[in-house]
Amino acid sequence: MVETKLKAGPDLSDRMREAETPHSHVAQFGPEKPLKLDAGVELSPFQIAYQTYGTLNPERSNAVLICHALTGDQHVINQHPVTGKGGWWETMVGPGRPIDTERYFVICPNVVGACMGTTGPASLNPATGAPWGLDFPVVTIRDMVRAQAMLLDHLGIGTLFAVAGGSMGGMQVLQWAASYPERVFAALPIACATRHSAQNIAFHEVGRQAIMADPEWRQGRYLIEGANPRRGLAVARMGAHITYLSDAALHRKFGRRFQDRDNPTFSFDADFEVESYLRHQGITFVERFDANSYLYLTRAMDYFDLAGDYDGVVANAFKGTRTRFCVVSFTSDWLFPTSESRAIVHALNAAGARVSFAEITTDKGHDAFLLDEPELFAIVRGFLDAAGRARGLGGSRI
Amino acid sequence: MLSRLGRDLTMAEAARTPGGARVDHIVVADMVDRGSRVLDVGCGDGELLRLLETRGVDGRGIELSREGVNESVAKGLAVIQGDADTDLASYPDDAFDYVILSQTLQATRHPRIVLEHMLRIGRHAIVSFPNFGHWRIRINLLLTGQMPRTDNLPDTWYDTPNIHFCTIKDFRQLCPVVGAKMEKAVALNAWGKSLRLNAPWWFWNLFGEQAVFLLSRDR
Repeated sequence: MVETKLKAGPDLSDRMREAETPHSHVAQFGPEKPLKLDAGVELSPFQIAYQTYGTLNPERSNAVLICHALTGDQHVINQHPVTGKGGWWETMVGPGRPIDTERYFVICPNVVGACMGTTGPASLNPATGAPWGLDFPVVTIRDMVRAQAMLLDHLGIGTLFAVAGGSMGGMQVLQWAASYPERVFAALPIACATRHSAQNIAFHEVGRQAIMADPEWRQGRYLIEGANPRRGLAVARMGAHITYLSDAALHRKFGRRFQDRDNPTFSFDADFEVESYLRHQGITFVERFDANSYLYLTRAMDYFDLAGDYDGVVANAFKGTRTRFCVVSFTSDWLFPTSESRAIVHALNAAGARVSFAEITTDKGHDAFLLDEPELFAIVRGFLDAAGRARGLGGSRI
Repeated sequence: MLSRLGRDLTMAEAARTPGGARVDHIVVADMVDRGSRVLDVGCGDGELLRLLETRGVDGRGIELSREGVNESVAKGLAVIQGDADTDLASYPDDAFDYVILSQTLQATRHPRIVLEHMLRIGRHAIVSFPNFGHWRIRINLLLTGQMPRTDNLPDTWYDTPNIHFCTIKDFRQLCPVVGAKMEKAVALNAWGKSLRLNAPWWFWNLFGEQAVFLLSRDR
């Protein structure tokens, strides 16, 4: 379990420690179990940090894998060891929640390439004893999923009752269903797509260039040289954060209101509330995230194109699948718009898969999957309850 | 408006068997072979789909309202939030044995195109609809000179979701136009009872409050 600690504020050493010896369970994979990467190289040795909630039943049939998004991590419903804040999906996961930890055994691993304890660019390269930095191989969504499958083997879990995730997590869900159909009973891809669009790649590129333009980035060697590209990473986060919201949500939250002042200062201070908010988002993100990890994970999303692995036809990825799918999108999500989810649904239909789909009406944009959206909870609960009955996990507790 | 949850319920539609199933659902379900693949377009809360799945059918649904989708998904059904007028085009040919359009035809924007897609996607199409040729509706129009409004079809002409009412006779005339062959037809009276099978079409058109047609491709 996580030993929580309370402190004034996180610093770089907290983050570096967390990358190597995290406040999580850790599965070690030695030289006999290398991770074969799409880039054509093997990552070995490597480790996966993961959290679990609930209890695995004797039949080992109630495991739910949660795949986190780009800037998420394995701390789904516990206090975060670096920031001290709550988990990122407490509205969805927990006792009595739609993903009910009193019924399901919930597993959330940190993805390969991330910075919260699973091997990534901030981890130590055993060949040099220094952080990997840009010597870390480029990883893909499929690599993340392959590593997760190795973790499940390690835990002795054959078939997952469900795999769930939003955004980059949703991409992993789709990859799971494509790569290991016999290991996935139910799949819940939320606010995602079968491939990253040109617009989304473009946004990611702006974020990466912001990081690399920061002199403190030091060609990716900042950890070795004792630097920290705070400004670059903060700007990347600020830009990305806008894409997670919507025009309507920004207007509702901030409008054109001034921050702690009644008149413009005729300067470039954060006069507007929305500026102040974005700066805060940037600063707090830097405290907990590694700049190189941001490069690697955005790249993994850019490379994601499920059809590419299946003769250009997404439906081929799901041929003959027996997995039940529930696809969810949000009306105001312009990063992964409903049309992308419909494309997933059409592909699953063409493959004859058992698929449900709902578009949730909300003005909260892409981030809606993390927020209090009763309609989302209703559909996830209904879907999992029914799938649970089909899986013989018993009826709804509520 | 695709939803059958709306106010456009006919009296016969509301009629139920002692077992609790809707009579029109039983009529539709009896037309479907066991073990077949079925798409229910405008599946509402999934009641018909669930009935079909108890009969060993592999069912899928499309429903416009999210309430209907939520209720269906909670029943364990595979239902997609979508629209008959726009979403049928994305289904591959011959994906289903039967495509069902139950009490929804009159609410579609392009009934002819919807029917053509149904016959493309499925080997059979099953269509049920309220018959606007029923004597009570005819008398209503004759006596009041206004668009008929009944207890079962209470909407005014300007706010009804039902924009394409037709009679049994009208529907029969559409079938050859869309390349459909009539395999079977049933008309139900106001109490949900089937009309005599050997009755002439004009009799059905006058006394059938709703009709159910089983169609196949005439090619």
